[in-house]
Amino acid sequence: MTGTPLLQIDDLHVRFPIAGGGLLGTGRRLLHAVNGLSLTLEKGECLSIVGESGCGKSTTALTVMGLQEPSSGSVSFRGAPFSGPGAPDRMQRAKAAQIVFQDPYASLNPRQTVHASLAAPLRLHGIRSASEIADRIETMLVNVGLTADQARRYPHEFSGGQRQRIGIARALILEPEIVVLDEPVSALDVSIRAQIINLLLDLQEKYGLSYLMISHDLSVVEHMSDRVAVMFFGQIVEEGSWQHIFANPVHPYTRRLIAEIPDPDVAIRARDPAAGFTDVPLPQGRSFAMDGSNTPDVFTAPMPSELVEIDPGHRVRLSLRD
Amino acid sequence: MTEPLLDVRNLDLVLSHRSGDLPILQDISFQIMPGETYGLVGESGSGKSVTSLAIMGLLKKPLKVSGGQVVFQGQDLLKLRPRRMRDLRGDRVAMIFQEPMTALNPLSTVGRQIAEMYVLHQGKSWREARRLAVHALDSVKVPNPERRVGNYPHQMSGGLRQRVMIAMALACDPDLLIADEPTTALDVTVQAEVLRLIKELCAARGTAVLFISHDLGVIASICQRVGVMYAGCLVEENDTVALFSNPRHAYTRGLMGALPRLGSRLTHGRQRLVDIDSVIADRSVLTETRFIMPRGAANGESA
Repeated sequence: MTGTPLLQIDDLHVRFPIAGGGLLGTGRRLLHAVNGLSLTLEKGECLSIVGESGCGKSTTALTVMGLQEPSSGSVSFRGAPFSGPGAPDRMQRAKAAQIVFQDPYASLNPRQTVHASLAAPLRLHGIRSASEIADRIETMLVNVGLTADQARRYPHEFSGGQRQRIGIARALILEPEIVVLDEPVSALDVSIRAQIINLLLDLQEKYGLSYLMISHDLSVVEHMSDRVAVMFFGQIVEEGSWQHIFANPVHPYTRRLIAEIPDPDVAIRARDPAAGFTDVPLPQGRSFAMDGSNTPDVFTAPMPSELVEIDPGHRVRLSLRD
Repeated sequence: MTEPLLDVRNLDLVLSHRSGDLPILQDISFQIMPGETYGLVGESGSGKSVTSLAIMGLLKKPLKVSGGQVVFQGQDLLKLRPRRMRDLRGDRVAMIFQEPMTALNPLSTVGRQIAEMYVLHQGKSWREARRLAVHALDSVKVPNPERRVGNYPHQMSGGLRQRVMIAMALACDPDLLIADEPTTALDVTVQAEVLRLIKELCAARGTAVLFISHDLGVIASICQRVGVMYAGCLVEENDTVALFSNPRHAYTRGLMGALPRLGSRLTHGRQRLVDIDSVIADRSVLTETRFIMPRGAANGESA
């Protein structure tokens, strides 16, 4: 693709100082949460970051939202800085990127009606007319599959699925270009999950939204994504189109993640999970940066490695020691 | 044919309320054979967990059993005195839960909590029980069991804590293990390890398992026979392969269509997920028909 991507993350590092350690317990250690992550998000696509707890995927999402300062590296939006010096203020940022959280129970104010929750950002952005606010809220509620009269209700009066719809409405009310989806369906039941996934795909098409989805659920990721980045201990170990990742996973960690998803079809056929992958030959004399079985130490910087393009758009992390 | 280990017959359960009894479970019947892994699958509120609590005699007011029997090894558990039931729990029937942090005592070492099983149920000395606890931790593949036995629950990861729960549950070689969403809180790779462990240990010891989960994939990978619950009813039951390859009940079909399947987009392109609400206009229809397949007749046509 040509031109500036909508969102560009360049060599992002996030390190957290952790108290304790050292001989007297007074030392400070640095926890390397994200290590040299680079990603781009194009207009209208869904890019998913997958990985297990602690791999740094949520930290990456928070950095994009401006809720976490990067230790080094940069995030830019349409070529302009989106973090660090020159970053937009919160008001401008709110119109560029919004987030939908995992837990719809925790992310809505229990003391505010849905109308109040949705009206606040509109007022902050200078819309004064009560009728215009009411109109926009009504349109948005209908778009997410609720009705206009439900705006008068409080969050506790809704089911989990409806609350997630409200969370989506809240994120979309300012018409942002990027929506960060942080485990948007993990807390939901199977039937409700299907409804929310369908809704997110419909809204993406309708508004041309760009999604940055954080998830550990690979079957949801396969269903929704255009591109996928697999993270392991703060680094991307493999990145590519959804076809690359699911038809031709190369890195052992990606393969392990895919093989260990409990899937009815796989379980019934009881086939060898690694069979069926057609092998993409690796560049000669290289080895993987990590084999996915041993746990790296989060307090030390990772071994030197690099992402190597093995197919157009398909990159995999290989060791630099060879 | 061998006698079933657990025979739940026409179990009814209600929530007592001033304005009358609300039905929670209606006419639940299923059997678990010795050594068999039986799965109960359903969404939140379908009644799968409350079924397991009823079997264990752990119901609290206002929930109460209003009819039916729970026959375990020939005796009706619902008629047992509380004292006898307490001896049975942990010894012949054991249970593991979703969140091991809340099920374990935070103020006591894991070694002591496992050892307690041997002291209470088998009359072992604490010294002997502690030695057995190290052995039990080793059997669930906890690394460094001699050191880990002195750990408190908060010093362990979620996966390790669940292994401790399994070690406790299997300490007295129970005949039935009830596992209520044991891997739901775990990461995918840890979940796979824990499932493998439950499968291996129970197969080696001949322990029957009642496995409760909302996750169709987990159920398919571990159970031989599956019951699907919806709104307090068992709506379909069949051998696992038959149930997944030929779901007969509208709810089961809806549930399977609602699940994004791995590899399906590669072969069929992106299919819209089934919205159960749009498939079934009248939800009461769902609980009126049932498809319960007798054992061994999995692929037959008669219901």
